[in-house]
Amino acid sequence: MYGTFVLWPYTQALYVALTDWSGMTPTKTFIGFDNFTRLWDDAKFWSALKHNLQLLVLLPLTILPIALLFAALTTQKVGGLRGSGFYRFLFFAPEVMSAVVIGVLWSFVYHPSMGLLNGLLKTVGLDGLARPWLGSPQTVLWAIAGVIIWSGVGFFMILFMAGIQSIPTDFYEAATLDGAGRWRSFRDITFPLLRDQLQVAYVFIGIGALDMFALVQVMAEGGGPSRSADVVARYMYDTAFQQSRFGYATAIGVVLLALTLVLSLVTIRLTSRERVEY
Amino acid sequence: MSMLDAKRLTTTPTAGTAARPDEHTRGKVPLGDRLVEIGSQAILILWSLIVLVPLLWMVMTSFKTDKEIFFSPWRLPASPQWENFTRAWQEARIGDFFLNSVIVTGGSVTLSLLVGSMLAYALGRYEFPGRRLIQLLFLVGLMFPVFLALVPLFFVARDLHLLNTLHGLVIIYSSFALPFTVFFLTGFFRSLPTELGEAAILDGASHYRVFFEIMLPLAKPGLAAAGIFIFLSHWNQFILPFILNSSPDKYVLAQGLAFLAIQQGYASDWSALFAGLTISMIPTIVVYAFFQRRIQQGMTAGALSAR
Repeated sequence: MYGTFVLWPYTQALYVALTDWSGMTPTKTFIGFDNFTRLWDDAKFWSALKHNLQLLVLLPLTILPIALLFAALTTQKVGGLRGSGFYRFLFFAPEVMSAVVIGVLWSFVYHPSMGLLNGLLKTVGLDGLARPWLGSPQTVLWAIAGVIIWSGVGFFMILFMAGIQSIPTDFYEAATLDGAGRWRSFRDITFPLLRDQLQVAYVFIGIGALDMFALVQVMAEGGGPSRSADVVARYMYDTAFQQSRFGYATAIGVVLLALTLVLSLVTIRLTSRERVEY
Repeated sequence: MSMLDAKRLTTTPTAGTAARPDEHTRGKVPLGDRLVEIGSQAILILWSLIVLVPLLWMVMTSFKTDKEIFFSPWRLPASPQWENFTRAWQEARIGDFFLNSVIVTGGSVTLSLLVGSMLAYALGRYEFPGRRLIQLLFLVGLMFPVFLALVPLFFVARDLHLLNTLHGLVIIYSSFALPFTVFFLTGFFRSLPTELGEAAILDGASHYRVFFEIMLPLAKPGLAAAGIFIFLSHWNQFILPFILNSSPDKYVLAQGLAFLAIQQGYASDWSALFAGLTISMIPTIVVYAFFQRRIQQGMTAGALSAR
């Protein structure tokens, strides 16, 4: 079962990427690395990849500091801040919802006329800021990024909370005796000891930023206005199942795999030092 | 002299011990700490609103008429429109999609756990040639993006007549859940005591009976935990049905909603769509509310062990 539906497709994929298969013919013509050279000159592919890479930079830079701040705030007292149980429950909740439900819901939040966001802006008198968030090439990608931040912060906050709680409290007591304030304790104790969690978080957010299929498919059908929110995974789907260029699409899939592996390896390489034991 | 000082003066002599004033000051929080706490609460409450408001807005909107939705996004409904839900369930066919999701998810969770636990038991308890290779192959399945497999998978499913069928989705969901299930349960089976199984074998029980009658009941907590994660991931699954299942009769909930969201743009029955969103969220929220700690711990610990 696993062999037929998982391993065999993966193995085939590596071969299909080297053919010009259109799915209709039983034979696949071997064309070597032609798909990859064609990909190199494909402006639509580069534009989609650019959007993935923009998210790859933006999402960790927003989600990680917010999640870290919330984790530090809720664990600042032994036994937790008042209400921390409630915050834990609520902030994590979007994690168990489907990307489709979240995507459809947020398409309405961003809706130009009946949306929550423009409604709010008009209520507080900022009519000038109201705009068709998903309809404009300037905002659509960032509007979608906002949704990922909204739903992703909770997961990483819990990850960091668990990390902070496993740090022995005497470290902080000793630091306080030495006259360290909150910021110094955080910078010199919490932050370095959360290295493992930060590393994992970065890889997870990165893998997410390289995928994005469901949200983009739901919130920006066809890649958004003039493809300004297209991502590689959606472009690959389009190439395969709309245009029947299966060989070419699979080559895109191989590039996506390579990017994912490079991201994981580079992150682990760059951030690994000796493990801290305590 | 301030009131506070006066109080301390009067309490110290009556207490008579040195420990007493110390205890007294411990009850009072220094101003700096109070400010930090107020600031922290303000930030966390702000984010709570950001998370909560869209969700509450969705539920509120599902009770409005289409007219109310269009003209006053922020106002409460004049009277709750329960018929939005019946319309969503019947006319918008959320009921059918819901049932499909229940069948597919129920089937795939059962199948994943059954096959996964057998594999995990064998990998966890027995030493045999090729064991490491099998583990390595499962690791590949855990790390590779599903996207790479999609095109060949589509044709494998087509050749086996599994496209546009619910049982096809059950089998394929379960196959992709196997790496996770196996890794999760292998550790679990390793932690169970070996003596029971060995004693049963000595008494003449077959390996098959030992597994089903002794090991599986012992592994119930592990199966339950794995089952929760598989349920959440399969209930929310979108990409696999989107590729493998294009007949509207067989749509699962996530697909049905994505389809409706596009459709309603033309039919403009927004209120039924909002009711559909609300309905589709209920199962995961209920499971989450019941198993909150276990889900949070399991998912974050799983992330760390994946490194």
